[in-house]
Amino acid sequence: MRDVAIIGVGDTKFGELWEHSIRDIGMQAGLSAVIDANIAGEQIEALYIGNMAAGSLIDQEHLGALVSDYSGLSALHIPAVRIEAAGASGGMALREGYIAVASGMHDIVMVAGAEKMTDVTDEEIPTVQMAGGDQQWEGISGATMASLFAMMARRHMHEYGTTREHIASVPVKNHKNGAMNPNAQYQKGITMDTVLKSPMVADPLGVFDCAPISDGAAAVILAPLDIAKKYSEQPIKIVASAAATDTLALQHRESLTRIDSIKVASRKAFKTAGITPKEIDVAEVHDSYSIAEIISIEDLGFFEKGKGGPATLEGMTEINGVVSVNTSGGLKARGDPMGATGVAQAVEIARQLRGKGEKRQVDNAEYGLSLNMGGTGGTSVVHIYRRL
Amino acid sequence: MSNPRYWRENPSRYNLIGRRCENCKGVFFPPREICPKCRRKSLGKMKAYKLTGKGKVYSFTIVHDPMPDFTLMKPYIMAMIEMEEGVRLTGQIVDCEPEKISIGMHVEATLRKLGQEGGSGIIRYGYKFRPV
Amino acid sequence: MMFGHNGKDVGIVTYGAYIPRFRILPEEIARVWGEDGQAMKSGLMIFSKSVPYPDEDVITISVEASRNALARSKIDPEDIGAVYVGSESHPYAVKPSGTIVAEAIGTSHFITVADYEFACKAGTAAVQTSMGLVSSGMVKYALAVGADTSQGAPGDALEYSASAGGAAFIIGREKVIVTINRTLSFTSDTPDFWRREGQPYPSHGGRFTGEPAYFRHVATCAKELMKVQDAKPSDYDFAVFHQPNGKFPTRVAQQLGFEKKQYETGLTTPYIGNTYSASMMIGLSAILDVAKPGQRILGVAFGSGAGSDGFDMTVTDEMASYNRAAAPTVKWFVERSELLDYGRYAKFKGKIVMKE
Ligand SMILES: [Zn+2]
Repeated sequence: MRDVAIIGVGDTKFGELWEHSIRDIGMQAGLSAVIDANIAGEQIEALYIGNMAAGSLIDQEHLGALVSDYSGLSALHIPAVRIEAAGASGGMALREGYIAVASGMHDIVMVAGAEKMTDVTDEEIPTVQMAGGDQQWEGISGATMASLFAMMARRHMHEYGTTREHIASVPVKNHKNGAMNPNAQYQKGITMDTVLKSPMVADPLGVFDCAPISDGAAAVILAPLDIAKKYSEQPIKIVASAAATDTLALQHRESLTRIDSIKVASRKAFKTAGITPKEIDVAEVHDSYSIAEIISIEDLGFFEKGKGGPATLEGMTEINGVVSVNTSGGLKARGDPMGATGVAQAVEIARQLRGKGEKRQVDNAEYGLSLNMGGTGGTSVVHIYRRL
Repeated sequence: MSNPRYWRENPSRYNLIGRRCENCKGVFFPPREICPKCRRKSLGKMKAYKLTGKGKVYSFTIVHDPMPDFTLMKPYIMAMIEMEEGVRLTGQIVDCEPEKISIGMHVEATLRKLGQEGGSGIIRYGYKFRPV
Repeated sequence: MMFGHNGKDVGIVTYGAYIPRFRILPEEIARVWGEDGQAMKSGLMIFSKSVPYPDEDVITISVEASRNALARSKIDPEDIGAVYVGSESHPYAVKPSGTIVAEAIGTSHFITVADYEFACKAGTAAVQTSMGLVSSGMVKYALAVGADTSQGAPGDALEYSASAGGAAFIIGREKVIVTINRTLSFTSDTPDFWRREGQPYPSHGGRFTGEPAYFRHVATCAKELMKVQDAKPSDYDFAVFHQPNGKFPTRVAQQLGFEKKQYETGLTTPYIGNTYSASMMIGLSAILDVAKPGQRILGVAFGSGAGSDGFDMTVTDEMASYNRAAAPTVKWFVERSELLDYGRYAKFKGKIVMKE
């Protein structure tokens, strides 16, 4: 296996992009990554695109050919494939691209993630999101994705004494970070009071505990590390790529306060990277719901089980805290165009490790981690990155 | 959506028919044909098994932003129920005010409408839960 | 030849009822439509009526009542050979309610099933059919259900009474808790109440539903049944009649010569409204909740259009060992209640036009 590096990154603004179709945003993100990588389109050997739900959102499958075509690559006839793993589609696409380069199959590949969610009405979104869980035995029974995370939150409160304030401190922090990210959907800080008083979605989670409905795309260009310097002054090495699955439905898990796919994927990733959680400076984790960030920072090994809430409330995950979590604003403030999210996480980590985090830059960041999750943790993908 | 997708699950939705692994005695719901513990040893040994319908609330939430078929009932209680047999099911709790629900509450299964395919399509029935 | 049946040893083996927990008061309905709630209440003798939750319909109510019946007995559902569900509010115009009820209670697939409709007496028509099948030996047990989630047009007098509930009787010959000594029906073509195909709400003939319809059929049926049985009102411990409101059954009972102590036990409509196909059957269930071996019961159902089914019944010694406590009593269902305002009632009943 060869070492793999990110040589270029690009993304669109996340949010309600009324004027733009999935073709537009897929192309924009890809183009900016190509320009950033200083390569020509002909050098791209394959395209991997993370997308969760274009089939149900805009009746469009076959995203590989579509994005390749509208990125101007149709005449090059490169292989292109769409990767789907619910909310973890982007992270899984990154992993497929990584495997292709590491294996020697391809040299330069593009990994993109794109989702267009605002072409359907808000009422249709819970059904689309629930497709990342067990539609047949959770969704039809009346469960929404928010309700499943709410049941996890209730158990976390029950078992560890986690409070509503602990949970609410996640979106407060992430909005603070998002306010410093020019591509974030929400660039505005919020108070604890705003979160606590927001309308309920699934008790105890309110509107401000849930990632928004977003459009957006992100892309990275991967290359073998040994030629990466040819293109980029600051290639970012992917030191580990790991993924794990678990039961599709939350009801089959032994515990609701633990996500085993995160534990397994991160354990493997840390082992491959040869480091411990302590060495991570900056992490992008999957705060699709505020409680998910608390469980994630515990299961990734940053904090002891049950201590994720207090750690967040005490500021340990703020920028330049014990570990800087979701400097981009996370899914909550940056936005969560589902299939794009996992790739956007890699983009943010690359920027941080290159020192291009602008106002939200983490001091002297050397190691970064991204955790991209599908559904309630049916899939988790962990990547660890290092500044060279 | 077509009817067969729901029809084939009627035994489980109406009568909580799951599976029991004859190898490890583990009970599963909904039905699955391979036991995750015994895997190959469970082939052909996953027998139909009817749950009693009795259980306790393991976790719950009050849903304010519902799935489309549940709009008229919002806010409604969704819960994860730990059944007597140890297996957990996700379902709505009816005949209970949201402020009265708690972890550990005893519930039993009941049959209710789960939804319908519009005004002219089929009606789906299945289990929900209510306080005992 | 007159329809009738000398029951021999055919009777009710077990029974179960179900009433949704929501209620609305006549004052609340009257408030919305600008009518006099107190006058409606005393005129109809209805103090509240049951309302189904949005996820309840005739099928779910029938399943509940049938499961309650099975809980009280040791009958193997596979021994049930026929399932009849009587209702005027079947969820499907075409596709039987009975097949879903049969599957949900775990019968075998080798059964005969049909849905019945005869306004408010479809449930008792199902009981009579079941008696015939059982006594002829065609089936060992037959399940007869009467259930409705009846509709009254908004603002119509019916809106004060049309409610929801169900009762299920399993008919057999072995270990009967109630012997049906005789059943007898009186039927004529009388258009007092109807609902045309595709119409959401029924129509009725106003006061024409009284004397020529309800009173004529119920009284004639009851009198003829007692005559055939050589019985008089004082021979019965309980009497129960179809209850479109509280007034009609009270008046017909008094006209026939029954006293309050005989008819008050089965009079449930004042608290739950008119459960249509379930009305007399829920009243009878309330009587069976308290009846003792040897007690005799007269039951007369009425369905608009019009006809009455009468039943002369005697509680057997089996009642003493019968597990009545295995399912909730009618009293329990009547007493558990959650009041609705008209807005929530209209939403629950689907009276508000929603976006597709
Ligand atoms: Zn097993």
